[in-house]
Amino acid sequence: MSEAKLSVDPLNIVVCGVGGQGNILVARLTGRSLAKRGYLVTIGETYGASQRGGDVMSHIRLSVRRKYGPLIPPGGAHIVLGLEPLETVRILVDYGNPQVATITNIHPILPVTVGMGVTRYPDYDELRQAIAELSGQVWLLDATEVALGLGSVRLTNLVMLGALIGSSLLPVTEAQVEEEIKERFPGDTLRPVLEAFRKGLSYTRATGCV
Amino acid sequence: MVALTANAAGKTELLLGNEAIARGALEAGVRVAASYPGTPASEILENLAGVAEETGLYAEWSVNEKVAAEVGTAASFAGLRAIVSFKHEGLNVALDTLCHVNLTGTRGGLVVVVCDDPAGWSSPSENDSRAIIQWLNVPLLEPSTPQEAKDMTRWAFELSEQIGTYCVVRSSTRVSHTTGTVILGAIASRDTPAYFDTSKLFVFVPIVKKHADLLAKVEQVKEIFEKCQFNYYEGPERPELMIVSSGSGRLYAVEAVECLQLEKRVGIVHLGTTWPVPAKFLEKQLSRTSRVLVVEEVDPFLERNLKVVAGDSSWLNRDHVIYGKASGHIKPFGELSPEAVIDALVRLTGVTYRPRSKEYDGRAKQVAKGLVIDREIMWCPGCPHRATFWTIKNAFGLDGRDGFVSGDIGCYALDRRGAGGYLITKTALAMGSGIGVGSGLGKLGQFGFGQPVIAVCGDSTLFHAAIPALINARYNASDVIVMILDNGATAMTGFQPHPGVGVNAMGKAAPVVDIEGLCRGLDIPLEVMDPFDITENTKRLAELMSDRDGVRVVIMRRPCALLRSPDEKPPFKVWVDTSKCRGDECGCARYCVRVFKCPGIVWDRTKGRAQIDEAVCIGCGVCTCICPASAIMKEALSE
Repeated sequence: MSEAKLSVDPLNIVVCGVGGQGNILVARLTGRSLAKRGYLVTIGETYGASQRGGDVMSHIRLSVRRKYGPLIPPGGAHIVLGLEPLETVRILVDYGNPQVATITNIHPILPVTVGMGVTRYPDYDELRQAIAELSGQVWLLDATEVALGLGSVRLTNLVMLGALIGSSLLPVTEAQVEEEIKERFPGDTLRPVLEAFRKGLSYTRATGCV
Repeated sequence: MVALTANAAGKTELLLGNEAIARGALEAGVRVAASYPGTPASEILENLAGVAEETGLYAEWSVNEKVAAEVGTAASFAGLRAIVSFKHEGLNVALDTLCHVNLTGTRGGLVVVVCDDPAGWSSPSENDSRAIIQWLNVPLLEPSTPQEAKDMTRWAFELSEQIGTYCVVRSSTRVSHTTGTVILGAIASRDTPAYFDTSKLFVFVPIVKKHADLLAKVEQVKEIFEKCQFNYYEGPERPELMIVSSGSGRLYAVEAVECLQLEKRVGIVHLGTTWPVPAKFLEKQLSRTSRVLVVEEVDPFLERNLKVVAGDSSWLNRDHVIYGKASGHIKPFGELSPEAVIDALVRLTGVTYRPRSKEYDGRAKQVAKGLVIDREIMWCPGCPHRATFWTIKNAFGLDGRDGFVSGDIGCYALDRRGAGGYLITKTALAMGSGIGVGSGLGKLGQFGFGQPVIAVCGDSTLFHAAIPALINARYNASDVIVMILDNGATAMTGFQPHPGVGVNAMGKAAPVVDIEGLCRGLDIPLEVMDPFDITENTKRLAELMSDRDGVRVVIMRRPCALLRSPDEKPPFKVWVDTSKCRGDECGCARYCVRVFKCPGIVWDRTKGRAQIDEAVCIGCGVCTCICPASAIMKEALSE
């Protein structure tokens, strides 16, 4: 328990994405690995009927002092982990600040209204610029591409979890998170999941923020 | 991932609020659990059902919340501890039973958990349950964290047995769906056999005496609440402003005071027991200051009750000003948030708050305006409801008499929500109301009503509350087409089993209640259709509309698209023949993406043609018959 220490308390993390991307799993694995280190962890999940394609966010709050509420106040995020770039921008608009560290997948999931031709999804350069303008540090990666390379788009969330841990922004080690992953994915399901996690991890380890 | 049954007192676990409620029940030695699915309450029963075999408890998805309340009450009458859980809308259904169980009294500890949904994230209303619970006059506990959710649930069983009535734990989305650190307690083992003591009566007579008994119980509870560990004050001895808060509002209050660095000026009363009101405890707190802000989810419930306490306490010799929803410092609708409390405190204390610079705010606003588009929810690709509603819409068009759908609760309500629907659903009330309203409309012919009405209802919704309405339509010879959208799932709430699917809550095989057999028993003409046969179905539906001849049932049967395994191969390869699609030159004005609106079809702006998004399309092939130029093609894929 005594190992718990934070330079900012509470430390506020937003994990965001689109329904079905496995947002909540990323937040739970992160939260559980930190709870085991003695941190007081609160995770607030906002999803509504988002399994049908809506936006999803989890607020993770870490403290050694007290149990915080499930919602981060506006402008109060320290880390934004985005599973989809438009969602990352949406979160930065509400919860960003000049110091926030942003780690985001750059692979878009188009809202249905884009396919219908009634709205326009921003260009990559516009998204990249907006994310840079609204963040202190930024890591960009195509986690969907990495996941597809490993055989399934459904591994995207684990690639992003790896990227979060590889950034060393959280007081938790690779081995401690892997322990959680191993507990959650028994038998044959583990290998691709662990591989996805490690790919994401080595990406942020090797690549400095931009 | 979480061992809910570990008998490890003192161990720290990370639990979802609803898992914590289930854990609290297990610690109390719960034997029977009953519920009907509904967000944000479903995980309570799901978790208890998941450990039923291991712990020897009995868990069921009841057909509706009223029956769930009766199943839980029965266990209590037989001396067992029971938990009944549902969302706020479910309390309305269970009310007819619960407003008598408070009078009959209970034996084994009976806890009712009601999960409110402020802002209606997953609900057709954001009603606050607390006024109903006050009217029921039973003990009301409001947890704010998963730890309190567990501890209060556990304690509620003891309180219930001590008083001889059921207790209510009021959760909300932000408690039920918050995961937090919880210190576990010991699990009580209870193996008393179920036995109904026939020397006792659980009936509501003599009525006046039972009412008097209930009031006496409330007095007893009040005394207990006066000294309850869940009520406490934190802050300076004489604050200039005192917050009184409950539920998730408590945490936002703490956060707001911290953000504004008001710890030396503002104190907080944490109130975990909100009915009956612990008046002496509150009087004592009111003696600290004359300015009070009440922070709570949805209605000014505490606020009103606190005003009564302040009014009764004129001996305090203070003119209290109680701020909150009535004074306009906090909105009386929508969900509470840390910023709502921060705003109220800024107004009441005169401090300033700027979490980030004006420049940053300006940039964020600009980005939001220029780039951030909404992400609307809609029917999934391959959803049978899209095909069904497309069929109904076109049949209404053929009929030409301004027909409409009397809607109900389920994914089919997406017809009215978001970008993807056809907006033919013109009424939507409660579970089962689609057929009830349809039955009423179908009797208005004698007043000149000539519009065709299709009353829709999902399979789980039919079992829940629509069968009496169907019998009503039959008995009273109402002219209405009832369409049962049988997708074999309680899809909207997360695929919990129901009486039509052959499995029970604990994963065991169960008898299937046959919808056709039910309709035949009522002697109602019946047709079963595959929603994907849209051309045939449209014609037949238009015919059914033209002969007005009492109630007729159409079962639209096809499994929910989300029941497919993600690895399942699509039945068809679907593509747009670009030689046939004339794009913007066609007179259709992008009919497929503008009117049919399946997310699997997208408009390629550069080519000015429709195309199938292969990453999204599941190959149902329904869209091949909607293109006026027949440009959408399909080819069966062999196994």
